[in-house]
Amino acid sequence: MVHIKRLQEGGADIISVIGEIDASSSIELDLAIAKSVGEGFKQILVDCSALEYISSAGLGVFMSYIEELKDKNIPMVLFGMKEKVANTFSILGLAELLHITTTKPEAKKLADELSV
Amino acid sequence: MNYQYNIGCSLSNLKGIREFVRNSLKDQHVPEIEMSAIVLALDEMCSNLMIHAHHCNPDHMLELHIHIPVQGKFIFEIVDNGSVFNINEFHEPDLDNLVHQKRKGGLGIRLVKAIMDNVEYLKRDEKNVCRLTKIIK
Repeated sequence: MVHIKRLQEGGADIISVIGEIDASSSIELDLAIAKSVGEGFKQILVDCSALEYISSAGLGVFMSYIEELKDKNIPMVLFGMKEKVANTFSILGLAELLHITTTKPEAKKLADELSV
Repeated sequence: MNYQYNIGCSLSNLKGIREFVRNSLKDQHVPEIEMSAIVLALDEMCSNLMIHAHHCNPDHMLELHIHIPVQGKFIFEIVDNGSVFNINEFHEPDLDNLVHQKRKGGLGIRLVKAIMDNVEYLKRDEKNVCRLTKIIK
């Protein structure tokens, strides 16, 4: 079960992912990112501080947006991941493909740098 | 110690599978990072079977067996009657291809192979058994 909240701050869309993302709930994450892109936000920050679990279905959602966001010059930065969640990303080497920081200010700073 | 959990092939049951695995291992002094990885691998294997072999039909059942060893070698078995999808015969695409093709699938098998020490398939009482082995020192 996952809850997703979106709020806007300083021109960025901040997507907070709360709970667990598996094959039954990954669609919620997909819809949230699609909305964010569709509404024309120039930066997407994903708050993972309340994300307790992610399986490959959720990882696949992030992966599937890499090209589109690169083409549209929209940086997406994930931040605040717990160690057990971060471990899932690193098992697959996704930490190299996605932008991941520890805190929200770091995420915003990185998104600003990537926006240039 | 052995544990068994029977569950219908609905993706909404994955959470129950994760809880069952975690509860079965909770007194085994498995480090949290290893515990989370094992839970993830079982979720991946069960969701794969539910989707590809059973088309998420909740009337189709999976049996999950956990054998807790005296020391070290944990065995997880998923037993079903569906078609066999042998992940050892599946060549997962590389990450760059997945990104390029904007594909959402193909990562789960990679995770299972990275987490588990062995994945094998056998037949028992006319049923398919997928046996995952994890050694924890």
